This record gives sequence, structure tokens and C-alpha cells, in this order.
Amino acid sequence: MAELTYRDAVAAGIAQEMERDERVVFLGEDVAAAGGVFKATVGLLDKFGPKRVRDCPISEQAILGAAMGAAMTGLRPIAEIMFSDFLAVCWDIVANEIAKSRYMTNGQISLPLVIRTANGAGSRFGAQHSQAVENWAMMIPGIKVVAPAFPADVKGLLAAAVRDPDPVLFFEQKSLYSMKGEVPDGEYVDELGKAKVLRQGKDCTIVALASMVHKALDAAVILEKEHGIACTVIDLRSLVPLDTQTILGEVGKTGRLFTVEENPRLCGWGAEIVSIVAEECFWNLDAPIVRITTPHVPLPSADLLEDNTIPSVARIVREIRQKMDY
Amino acid sequence: MKSATNKKSPAPPAIEIGRETKSELYRLQLELRYCEKRAYDLFLQNLIKGTSHLSLGQEAIAAAFGVAMRPDDWTFCTYRGHAHTLARGASMEGVLGELMGRQCGLLGGKGGSMHLTDVAKGAMGSYAIIGAHLPVAAGAAWSAQYRGTEQVAVCFFGDGTTNIGAFHEALNFAAVWKLPVVYVCENNLYMEYTPISEVTAVEHPAADRASAYGLPSIIVDGNDADAVFKIASDALAKARAGGGPSLIEAMTYRHSGHSRADPGKYRPEGELEQWLLRDPLVMYRDRLLKEGFNEPTLKDMESIAMGKVDAATATAKASPLPSIDDIEKNVWADGGAAWRN
Repeated sequence: MAELTYRDAVAAGIAQEMERDERVVFLGEDVAAAGGVFKATVGLLDKFGPKRVRDCPISEQAILGAAMGAAMTGLRPIAEIMFSDFLAVCWDIVANEIAKSRYMTNGQISLPLVIRTANGAGSRFGAQHSQAVENWAMMIPGIKVVAPAFPADVKGLLAAAVRDPDPVLFFEQKSLYSMKGEVPDGEYVDELGKAKVLRQGKDCTIVALASMVHKALDAAVILEKEHGIACTVIDLRSLVPLDTQTILGEVGKTGRLFTVEENPRLCGWGAEIVSIVAEECFWNLDAPIVRITTPHVPLPSADLLEDNTIPSVARIVREIRQKMDY
Repeated sequence: MKSATNKKSPAPPAIEIGRETKSELYRLQLELRYCEKRAYDLFLQNLIKGTSHLSLGQEAIAAAFGVAMRPDDWTFCTYRGHAHTLARGASMEGVLGELMGRQCGLLGGKGGSMHLTDVAKGAMGSYAIIGAHLPVAAGAAWSAQYRGTEQVAVCFFGDGTTNIGAFHEALNFAAVWKLPVVYVCENNLYMEYTPISEVTAVEHPAADRASAYGLPSIIVDGNDADAVFKIASDALAKARAGGGPSLIEAMTYRHSGHSRADPGKYRPEGELEQWLLRDPLVMYRDRLLKEGFNEPTLKDMESIAMGKVDAATATAKASPLPSIDDIEKNVWADGGAAWRN
């Protein structure tokens, strides 16, 4: 085990796959010579050369279109979209082309590709560089959606995404890039579609994703220590495929469910989980389900405003304490 | 009527076209024409639902590229893609069956008229969002370049596509990376219902913009299969040799409206009639006769082509409907549609 930052785990995951498979190529804006604006791909150009690690013009449709064309003809491209907000300018390629092609062609076209993108708040970048948009992707049939919270998961899930025969949208949490964690040495591959139970408690279940996992864990410590409330915390890790068995199993034990979501309220991923739990686990519930989300607003920029918009540890503690009275 | 010749366009390449190739060009144009006409008839009989965009009048371009391309080259085309897909050798019953929503359809009824694809034949998809496939074709070309296979991607699109962002992104990208891709603008003078000249800042929507990507401005008579074949052969050879992309503007005209719903009433009186005089099939037939092909040979070819369309129609009509079990198949590589455990 080595201690790596979340950003170094990105480069480690890409490097592991490029070493293993010559078909893996990497393209994006400022990703090669500059090593990425978040420095998550430093060293890849030196290691693999300009044929495999390529800087692109500011042309998101061209980047994802090229990844798609390359994938359908035998390569396994990794494409970077610098900020997940920019997915909106190439959403046609994601939602209409990449996601639908296998289905529309009745299985003739395979698109083993990965779209990596920096997602979410915490950097005071304002509403066009800070959104959490994983729920945009979740609603499109035909694309897998992954969002790791820990450096080890970055490496292992990125490797799994590259090896997956289907297109994967891989959301990296930009506020976590400097976070350090243990990452297994040598070849390391995880499995898509498996949630992780990070902590177990008898009183309630908290389901979270990416940066919200860390806030949920911090909140669980406070709830236990200061209020005697024992929480289970599930890191979803993947929205598609969705590990509903882990969620249903844990909610079944605690009888209470809280989701903690960075995405704005309407149609956030938690809504889908709530609906599944309500349909399939209703009689095991002891209290109404609660979604803790960003309010339905574009994200503001100033420290004070951004911190009070996305769910905070204090807000998670407060909401869970209040609702535990049911 | 806009001229297909333009002083800016370089002289056509001096390529001799042999008799066998000419025969192949005529055969293919016949099949495309008859099949498109059949598709129209099947609409009228309500055997084909949805929408459909016919290439009637534009067949020479698809046919010429179909003959000039290597079997392992790739075609990317638009929702007006019946002809381009057939021109790569896709089965006619597969095309008509797909239009009719039958099991024998190329896509098993999943895609319909606007998404015809036959990967085994190098027909890498028909794309119904304007411009989307231009960057995808660049990506396929990148893959060929990366693997050193000398394959070329050919990407067909209409004049209207030149005004959407993906056109610019793809052309610049392909030029900077020197990709083996041939972009073919079929300028039929109308973007859907609106004359392209009313919505475009330059006279030739593709060729006049080629210099922005460091490419020569190439305009060809899209109703002359020989002329297109020469330009195509030249551009394909250049791409294969590592010379990078080409942008070709082929001047043509669609004989029918934009889609099934469009009778084409916005066209000035007499325009269609003028273009019918330059019908690619009529012109090609006249040329073949002048060049020594005899009337019975051509008549034979015509009746064989019609026979093929008739047989394909019968096969497609007899094919069963898709199974409703297919609805939740082939979202993922494992053949299923599961998004949860």
C-alpha cells in the first residue's frame, strides 16, 4: 500500500491501463504537456508519448466524438472533459450518440470508452464550474456512471471502467483531488456497480456519493459521540449500475434512510433510491425517508454562500437528529 | 440553377475509369434509385411508418464513393442514409426490412430509417442529429491512423450541416491531427425547407470554408458519378497516404422533399424540372451508350436491379415482426438492459 492523493490515483489508474493495453489512448484539453488543469494526469505524456496522450483543441464535441469513433473501431479511449459543467456543450455526443448507439444498432456498435470529468463544488468557481451533474448522466439509458470518494477507488474503479465493454462517465470530485489515502500497489482493479458499507450502526442508514461520503462519515462520528445515534454509511461509488441490494439490505436493518446529495434537489439520484426503497422496503421503514440535498438553485460562488448551499456536516447532523424523533 | 463548376476548384484528377467500374457505377445507381422509389411506394401503402429521407436525385455521390472505397473503409452518414448504407453492400432486405420494422431489418427494428448501420460492411451508422457524426468519423480515422491500417473514414452530410458547431470542431480537429477522413458535403441547395443561400454567409457552404482548415476548396458535380468517383479516389488515396483530410462539396439536388412529410412546395417553379434534365441516372445512361455500352446490356442491368428490389421487398414483407422481448435487449454489452442488481 502506498499513500497517494486522489489526483495521483487518477494518473496511476490511467498509467496502469495504458501499460497493460496498447489500445488505451488518452485525449483532452491541456491533459498532455500541462498534465491537466488539476494536475491529475502529470507524467502520462512522458511515459506513453504524444501518440497515446494527446492534447486537443477546445472542442468538446470533437473530443467525445473522436473517443466514440475510436472506440467503435477498436481502441479503448479515455477522454477528459475538464469540468463536468462542460458536458452540456457535448451532451448530444454523450446522450444521443454514445449512450444510444449499441441499442439503436441492435448490438452492432460497441463503445468501450471512459469519459473522465471533474465534478462538484468546493472550489468557489461559481455555477458554471462547480455543479454536481451526476444526475444528468444517471437518467440516460446506455451509460454507466461512477463517482469515487477515495484514492483507492479512483484507481480501482477507473481501471474497471477502462476494461468495461460499455461507455462509462467517470466523475472525479474536484474538491477531493488533494485528499490522501492508501492505494493498493501493483495492478489493482475494482468492480463497477458495488456500493461499500463504510460504517455500520443500528439507528439509521445514510447513502452518499463522492464528497458527500466524507461529510456523511464526519456527521456519523458526531451523531454517535454527541447524540448516541449510530449510523450506517454507504458509499454508492456507482449510480449505474446501482447496487440496490446493499441499500435495501442496510435500510432493512436500520429502518431509517437519509440520502446526502450534492446535486440540486429535483431529480437528484437520491429520488430514485427513495422510490426503490419505498416500493421494495416500505414495511421495514420506521420513519419517513429524508433527502438532504443542495437546494434547487444554481451554485453561488462566495465562500459563505457555497458552503451553505451544499450539504454541510452540521446540516446533516441537524437533519438526522431532528428526523430521528419520529 | 447553381453551377457545379467553379473556378476555385482544382482540375479533376486524371483518373481513367475502366468499363467494369463504369458498369458497377451504373448498377449501384440503379439499385439505389429503385430501392428509394420502392421505399416511397411502401410508405404510400403504409407499410413504412415514421419518417424517411430519400436520396432520389443524389444517388451518384453514394454510388461513386461506394465503388471507390476499400471494403474495410468506413462510412458515416446522416438520416438521409439509405443510399450510403446500400452502397457499402448492406443487404437490401435488411434496409427495407428495417424501414418496415421487421425482424430481418439491419437493426431488428430498433433503429429505423434514420439509423441504418451495417458494421460488417463498414457502414458505421446513420446519425440523425445534424453534425454529430463528423467528429465520430474523425475518431474512426484517428483509430486507423493510430493502428496504421490505412483505412479511411468517409463522412457524408448535407449543406445545412455546415452551419452547426460540430462541423467546425470536426474539420479543425481532423486537419490538426491530419486524420484519414474524407468529408463529403452533399449540397442539394436546401437545408430542410429553407434555401441554404438564405442562411449561409458564403456561396459554397463547405468549399468556401475549406481554407479555414487549411484544406483546398473542392467542388464537384454530384450528379456525375464519374466526376465524383475521380474526386473520391483522389481524396481516399491522399488520406491513405497520410496526407490528411479532404472536404468535398458535391453539388446535387433532391427530387423529392426533405422528408416524407414535405412535398417540397417551397421550390421555385421550374427548378425541379431543370434538375430532372440532369438526373444522374439519365445522364449516366446516355454516357454509357455513347461510350459503346449497348441498349440490351443496359436494359438487362435495369431489369436485374428491379428484380433485386422486388425480391428484397418480398423477403422484407414476409419477415416476422420483431419480438417484444427485444425491447430490453442490447442496451449493454452483456445483451441486457439491467441498471441495478
